[in-house]
Amino acid sequence: MDNNISTWERVKDSDIYHSFMKSPTAIVSSVILFIIFFCSFFVELITPYNPFDPSSLSLMEAFTPPSWTEDGLAKFILGTDGQGRDMLSTILYGSRISLIVGFSAIIFSLILGVGLGLTAGYFGGKYEMIVMRLTDVQLTVPSILMALLVDGIARGLISREMHDEMAIYVLIFAIGISEWPQFARVSRAATLVEKNKDYVSASTIIGVSNLIIMFKHILPNILRPVLVIGTIGLALAIIAESTLSFLGVGVPPTTPSLGTLIRLGNDFLFSGEWWITFFPAIFLVILAFSINLLGDWMRDTLNPRLKK
Amino acid sequence: MSFLKIKNLSVDYPMRKETVHAAKGVNIEVNKGEILGLVGESGSGKSTVGNAIINLIDVPGKVSSGSVMLGDLDIHQDPSNIIKYRGKKVGLIFQDPQTSLNPILTIGEQLIETIQTHLDLTKEEAKIKSIGLLKEVGIKDAEKRFNNYPHQFSGGMRQRVVISLALCCEPELLIADEPTTALDVSIQSQILDLIKKLTKERNLAVILITHDMGVIAETADRVAVMKSGNLVEIGLTKEILTKPKERYTKSLVSSVPPTNKKISRFVIVEKENKNNQENNLKILNRWNKKEIVEQDLVQIKNLSKSFDDNFFTESSKNSVMAVDNISFEIKEGESFGLVGESGSGKSTIAKMIVNLFKPSSGDIFFDNICITKIKEKSEMMKFRKQIQMIFQDPYSSLNGRLKVKDIISEPIKLHNPSISSGDLNNYIFDLLESVELSQKSADRYPHEFSGGQRQRISIARALATQPRLLVCDEPTSALDVSIQAQILNLLKDLQEQLNLTILFISHDLPVVRQMCDRIGVLKDGRLCEVTDTEDLFLKPQHDYTKELLRLMPKIESIYN
Repeated sequence: MDNNISTWERVKDSDIYHSFMKSPTAIVSSVILFIIFFCSFFVELITPYNPFDPSSLSLMEAFTPPSWTEDGLAKFILGTDGQGRDMLSTILYGSRISLIVGFSAIIFSLILGVGLGLTAGYFGGKYEMIVMRLTDVQLTVPSILMALLVDGIARGLISREMHDEMAIYVLIFAIGISEWPQFARVSRAATLVEKNKDYVSASTIIGVSNLIIMFKHILPNILRPVLVIGTIGLALAIIAESTLSFLGVGVPPTTPSLGTLIRLGNDFLFSGEWWITFFPAIFLVILAFSINLLGDWMRDTLNPRLKK
Repeated sequence: MSFLKIKNLSVDYPMRKETVHAAKGVNIEVNKGEILGLVGESGSGKSTVGNAIINLIDVPGKVSSGSVMLGDLDIHQDPSNIIKYRGKKVGLIFQDPQTSLNPILTIGEQLIETIQTHLDLTKEEAKIKSIGLLKEVGIKDAEKRFNNYPHQFSGGMRQRVVISLALCCEPELLIADEPTTALDVSIQSQILDLIKKLTKERNLAVILITHDMGVIAETADRVAVMKSGNLVEIGLTKEILTKPKERYTKSLVSSVPPTNKKISRFVIVEKENKNNQENNLKILNRWNKKEIVEQDLVQIKNLSKSFDDNFFTESSKNSVMAVDNISFEIKEGESFGLVGESGSGKSTIAKMIVNLFKPSSGDIFFDNICITKIKEKSEMMKFRKQIQMIFQDPYSSLNGRLKVKDIISEPIKLHNPSISSGDLNNYIFDLLESVELSQKSADRYPHEFSGGQRQRISIARALATQPRLLVCDEPTSALDVSIQAQILNLLKDLQEQLNLTILFISHDLPVVRQMCDRIGVLKDGRLCEVTDTEDLFLKPQHDYTKELLRLMPKIESIYN
């Protein structure tokens, strides 16, 4: 117990905590993110509607505009879509899928990129050259194209019945595979700096194995820059998920994400039902924007060179 | 009537937790034609005072009180005065000549720019003046060199250019902040001679900020000693160094390694660590002590190392011979010193002995076994255990993400995986106490320690495997002189009681004289001579050794 208190005291005493408390952008964006994360993951407890339970839906209530407009109903704050689903609940259910896909994709590419970058930087030689040229090649392929390619191949390989089940994993893989090069580059560069420091030499002289040096000694010391681009990468991954779902190659329409919602709403945009596409889009913007602001703050705080 | 009068100067840095008083009511006067040495250890506020004179204090720091009189004018009264005077009446020389020149402008452009900012001269006149200045600071072919870029000059030459920049607007006060710290001994003496000569010729008032008592003894007319923002003592150099009044000055002077004799221990007046009890090496109980045998523990035979930079070109064309055909022996139980200036290959040799680098050719024998030919990993581990190293930089040699106990337990667990956790803790405590650190240190992180304490942790880690050979690569050159004395004492004690063999690498001749039994002098990767320490200092054979001994700053020179 005593240990826990001292950890909290240390956190309170740290420069990061103070810089956080002094930055209104960081506070506002993390509060917004906390609300979004909380509402998305505990959506069943918060919303009275389950948009995926057909028995609770009434087609009579379809296309209800937001509650503050003339025809709006108080029980549907942001209105309903073409099937009578409550927009707010649907967005929260959708953002859960988007967040899960985004996080999983970024963790996948973090592991892949940092693993390759760290080993490349540490071992050097031909192995490093091959890995780094591979990242160069990967960077020449636009990430959306890459994801589309992966999706296309997966469709060819997986049977139609299996596809809807597997779609989410394919999507995570597709986004993850297109994001890893930047992690590899950053962690390689940081490893090159760290591996020439004396503490690494000291461990080598003691006889510590390469694997332990890499993961116990170097990895914790290169995590700062990696976490910063990881945060910004998370926003990119969520946007990529939405883009792919908008293009119809993302998650199946039965489990709608933010991108799917925007696409569905798009059909009604010109017939005056603007809210069906507008609210998911705004939600996506706020989500990505908050993550980026938080990432910017992290970059400024964790980079000693930018410290004032 | 003194030219510069600093009265009651205080500088504050308001930080998050507390306000740091970097200078507290400092009073200093400097006359024209004299050099005032400002000494102190890191964090004593000596640079702060130098910078405060022309208000170059970094934010959030500020001059909170006091005045700076230049002649009859208080230059701190009106901020516009300072901008006018900075560079014009007051010239500045900084420590690192690499960064004080703009790399993308020729030195001529930089000189002309500075001159034209302050003096009303045409470009042609400014050019003539600059070339004159470059000649004055001893740059040959000044007309040709005028159009060169900073990277085309060597470190010493670059510092000369910096001095010419500082002088170009006829300043009356020159502030030199550690002007020779980044330079080798031979260059250092040239630059100091130049500063002395200019002081006389131009009747300058000079403030020379340095941590090196030898430099002060040879250069300064008067000296001011600072400690944690306070002016401790000020007076004639000879009086301060020979008859210091204050306790702190005494401890500072007694910590400086003498160049003319070997002493058994440094007298420590103020200890960094408070436990004043006699150091008992608890580690002795577990130490597997080997009796010293009359033999060569390390034999180095025709060792060479070249670094090939380029992947695509022929290796022989681009390679630099860092170490060139070197042979010497280290006897068991002795301290062997390797001295040389930067680039002489002394660290490269150390790294080959501890097996961080593979030699390009030649062999290293340890205990009569050739360790350069070992392929087997388990075989190598036996030697890893016996050869340990202490590094120069106490900040990068400890992993900041690990607690001290994890840093020290790593070698113990690796070489003795079956150790119980209780025994491991006791072992760590014994090691910490042997290097005069408290048991509480085990649960802290490296950043909570000072440079000297970090170096102690580094030593504890090196001792954890119970080595026979300890390679010390400039172990004290990043430390203040009083801390250096304590670390050197510690190393001597450890060696005596644990029967260690030490390879001591340094650029600092007085330190090597105190530490070593025999010394090898290195120059450009070649060994000039290897001989007993006293013989080397009394009857040097090689010309280069003679030159080094002649040029090293001697604190004793003040007695003559």
